Amino acid sequence: MPIEPTIKSRPVYGTLSPQPGTDHLFIADAEGAEAILDLAKSAPPGFFDAAEIVFIPRASGDGYLAALHALKPARFYEGPSIGAALPRLKQTFATAHMGLRLYLSGTEGLIGQAMQAALDAGIDHSSIQTEHRGSLARRVQCVHCKGVTEDVTTQPVTCSHCGLLLLVRDHYSRRLAAFQGVCINAEDQSEKVPVEEVFR
Amino acid sequence: MSAGTTKLDVTVADVVPVNELVTRFHFRPTNGGHLPTFSGGAHVVVEMREHEGATPRLNPYSLMSSPLNTAEYTISVRRDDVGRGGSLFMHRQVKPGDRMVISYPVNLFSLDLRAKKHLMIAGGIGITPFMAQTAQLASSSGNFELHYACRTASLFTYGDVLAERYGKRIHLYHDDRGEKIELARLLASQPLGTHLYICGPAPMIDWVRNTAAASGWPSETVHYEHFSAPKPGLPFDVTLAVSDKKIRVGEQQSLLEAIEAAGVDPPYLCRGGVCGQCETNVISSDGKFLHNDHWLSEEEHRSGKKIMPCVSRFEGRSLVLER
Ligand code: FES
Repeated sequence: MPIEPTIKSRPVYGTLSPQPGTDHLFIADAEGAEAILDLAKSAPPGFFDAAEIVFIPRASGDGYLAALHALKPARFYEGPSIGAALPRLKQTFATAHMGLRLYLSGTEGLIGQAMQAALDAGIDHSSIQTEHRGSLARRVQCVHCKGVTEDVTTQPVTCSHCGLLLLVRDHYSRRLAAFQGVCINAEDQSEKVPVEEVFR
Repeated sequence: MSAGTTKLDVTVADVVPVNELVTRFHFRPTNGGHLPTFSGGAHVVVEMREHEGATPRLNPYSLMSSPLNTAEYTISVRRDDVGRGGSLFMHRQVKPGDRMVISYPVNLFSLDLRAKKHLMIAGGIGITPFMAQTAQLASSSGNFELHYACRTASLFTYGDVLAERYGKRIHLYHDDRGEKIELARLLASQPLGTHLYICGPAPMIDWVRNTAAASGWPSETVHYEHFSAPKPGLPFDVTLAVSDKKIRVGEQQSLLEAIEAAGVDPPYLCRGGVCGQCETNVISSDGKFLHNDHWLSEEEHRSGKKIMPCVSRFEGRSLVLER
């Protein structure tokens, strides 16, 4: 299922490109590495001397590690999940100076959560570069129990917290970095609804 | 009248000389009560009439009083001895008790209150919008820092007032003592989430904007204001194609004022070449444009297809405008 650009609350993604700046922070997961490697082709010499790459390989990203290291960024951090990397990011933002540019690439879940941390640090939303790559899996918040289910690829999906069967709506909350999930069989929970794999 | 230019009747409550070039004017509502609220960075357009019935000259001035005080507005006017006389009129003719007409405040230079910190850079009389902005921020414990450059100590308009009010947040630079803002270092040391505000002479604004862009400040975080005063110049003739009128722009008149004097009522907001409201299409021209605005791109200036009549002029045989 291609990303529908017509849905208003849906975030709009672009293509990463080198920006003027004193420091460059890349945050990517899985296929998001490809966006960094593509940017590197047009980056001026020495660009990665002032760069840090935070990379979450997930299931499909290990193959990119060598190529990313070959860019010789000043710092490289590899982590198990964006959630685990967030405290470190917040620390970086808290002590960073103007001139730091931010580049986010990969899944919507990663982009959304890193973006949220950046906005909290006062970085202007329009000055953050984003590029969607790889899985279309969604991060879904259940409107009933408020629990967040990661990597949702099916419609509907079972809430991993309260067990309700949720219809994943196209309503995206930038604040929560998540799509909204609403109970689909609220009247009769025994009602069977066909589950389809749609966000891949 | 034009959009956003609803008028206010005010009485001059006080005229205070600040230094050899700058005088402050206090306006109170003629009919009592309070003036409309405004936010720091707003300006008003002041109507100056030489005598009853004369066509007014309209100049924009930043409000410098605290936005918390709507009992009166204050502006500070720097005397410009070679200008068209707007500032000379204010300095020489305006007396306490005079009735004047000013526009509602319009803000084209507002603070972005989402910023974690506000870094302000002022040159000369460009300090005035920051007087209001610092007062606004101080009242809401906003984080700000002001760097203010001026030629000499005696012309350091409100330098002492600001230093007294805000202490270490104010940094003063005297040109005649060779003091310079160390801009690259200053910009590189600002915390993430800082917004930059610049008001001063055009070369200063360009210098700060270019340095900021090269240091990686996104353009969304850089705000500036520079009102050009309309410059006097040679008289020139203009044809207004839509209203089917031929007009002559006098030496001391702006093109916008000449259009208004002909009974045509074009839109405007700032009358200083920054807001874009008065943008006018050129139908044909034979001569040279003297562009003085900060709105059109260089390319548009070269194209000869557009002009900002509030500040720009023309020299040549013919100019036909879509107005
Ligand atoms: S009135 Fe604002 S640019 Fe002319």
